[in-house]
Amino acid sequence: MKQLLSFVIKEFHHVFRDRKTLLMLFGLPIAQIILFGFALTNEIKNAKIIVVDYAKDAASRQIIDKIEASKYFDVENSLSSHEEIEAAFKEGKIKMAIVFPLNFYEDLSRTNKAQLQVIADASDINTATTLTNYISSIVMDYQNSLTRGIKPPFQIQTEVRMLYNPQLKGEHTFIPGMMAMIMLLICVMMTAISIVREKELGTMEILLVSPFKPIMVIASKFVPYLLISLVNITSILLLSTYFLKLPVQGSIFLLYAVSLVFIITSLFLGLLISIKSESQQTAMFISLMATMLPTLLLSGFMFPIENMPLPLRVISNIVPSKWFYIIVKSIMIKGSGFQTIWKETLILFGMAVALLLISLRNFKIRLA
Amino acid sequence: MSAPVIYTNKLTKRFGDFVAAKELSFEVPAGEIFGFLGANGAGKTTAMRMLCGLWVPSSGEATVAGFDIYHEREKIKRNIGYMSQKFSLYEDLTVFENIKFYAGIYGLTNAQIKEKSQALLHQLDLEKESGHLVSSLPLGWRQKLSFSVAVIHEPRIVFLDEPTGGVDPVTRRQFWDLIYDAANKGITVFVTTHYMDEAEYCDRISIMVDGVIEALDSPSNLKTKYGVDSMDEVFRQLARSAKRSE
Repeated sequence: MKQLLSFVIKEFHHVFRDRKTLLMLFGLPIAQIILFGFALTNEIKNAKIIVVDYAKDAASRQIIDKIEASKYFDVENSLSSHEEIEAAFKEGKIKMAIVFPLNFYEDLSRTNKAQLQVIADASDINTATTLTNYISSIVMDYQNSLTRGIKPPFQIQTEVRMLYNPQLKGEHTFIPGMMAMIMLLICVMMTAISIVREKELGTMEILLVSPFKPIMVIASKFVPYLLISLVNITSILLLSTYFLKLPVQGSIFLLYAVSLVFIITSLFLGLLISIKSESQQTAMFISLMATMLPTLLLSGFMFPIENMPLPLRVISNIVPSKWFYIIVKSIMIKGSGFQTIWKETLILFGMAVALLLISLRNFKIRLA
Repeated sequence: MSAPVIYTNKLTKRFGDFVAAKELSFEVPAGEIFGFLGANGAGKTTAMRMLCGLWVPSSGEATVAGFDIYHEREKIKRNIGYMSQKFSLYEDLTVFENIKFYAGIYGLTNAQIKEKSQALLHQLDLEKESGHLVSSLPLGWRQKLSFSVAVIHEPRIVFLDEPTGGVDPVTRRQFWDLIYDAANKGITVFVTTHYMDEAEYCDRISIMVDGVIEALDSPSNLKTKYGVDSMDEVFRQLARSAKRSE
């Protein structure tokens, strides 16, 4: 036990002496979240738009007033003809243009039908979609105020409720993805590199010749990175609760317990990579390929898996972060309990066991 | 000192069809400095790795410190020290932290570690550098420190795998003083090298060619036997027959 302790202390020395690694380990998650909180948001405020109002009547006035009153839009200026619109877009100052045709109010009051043109800059798809949605709902709102008191003969109202994320905030998908990414980075890459470094230095040989058991060498490599990961989860959760105002809906205890399973899976993956690679560079490269890419592409974090072709959907099943992502999302946002996530947890657990068995087998082969 | 500290009989290691070490049979008595010579790829490292318990032999028998190398590897590990050609210290730890770490994994108590490290730092004249990072030490000092750490738990045998690579002759000579010191304390020294001047410092040497021990005797006996003046020439005569290249 004392041997293990002196080994773990030594590992902490390695981590804390290396400023660059330290900065990455603790700074990266915090920096990412703060950046995200400030800069990366799907909500668009004060988008500049222009209005071409040929109608200049009561209805167009009222709608323009409504648009101006909303926090989403700044009506930049009103142009007299729509030939000027394209020039304004090309200048890049405006995000959207709205054109009211002649006789807008007359059409509306006589035929009950009026048209309104909305032109958006779709070179930025997300912004364009979001802004047109905002405009549609403003127009809808106006329309409802007109028809108040009058009951149309047939009416189907679709009442949309965005469950768990009513404001459609991006943080909800970002935080779970972020947690998966950070933990993979620390547990897989740092563990693999630190084991391979002992091989490169030749210290691994000395350790293997000593009475210290190989399994203990590995255990003492795991301890520091496991603790650092837990610290990082805590800092991510604190930031998400107090900075992004996104508290955990489900049980915190369950979230930590499941994260522990994911951490262990990642540690074993790091171990396997370290056994297979001879240099720190190789270990780093394999770790990045095995963690970053699949997490970005195949975990559902960036791109929905349901829309992928079958082969990719099948492959996505062996990506541990996919399962972790599903679990964290359920616990954090839906407040799900263990009964809804036990399957995913079991899969992660199975992956951990499989990775451990493969690692131990390869480790023995190396020694023989 | 009746039983030999190292005893091997027809010890063999095969990798597939390749025989890395073939039927090695020799004995090393306690307190001896035993040199293990050979060109690169001759099988020195293979033999040493089997004796240290890193590799399992394919056939043959051997005991180290009286323990069987098949079944009592854990006991062997407690009784040997090992220093590799890379000097294997942690550069981002201080001198003292390195000593403490290696003493710690051999299970020395805190009191023992304190006493041992003081004696060691005094002997190496490193007291002032105790709190410095190993990366700031010159190579020669690292090498001496690495050796002292390898024998900190007072093993019966210490294995040195090409311990003087890349070090200048003066430092090498100083290093051998440390080895003599250890041998005088009764520690058996098993050293591989390809520096022939170092071979002269050994009590007995064995020369491996293509996985086989071609010669085993004291340096002076070997020189007489082959009718030459230096170990270098003995080695060249033997190595001429080698078929394996690096």
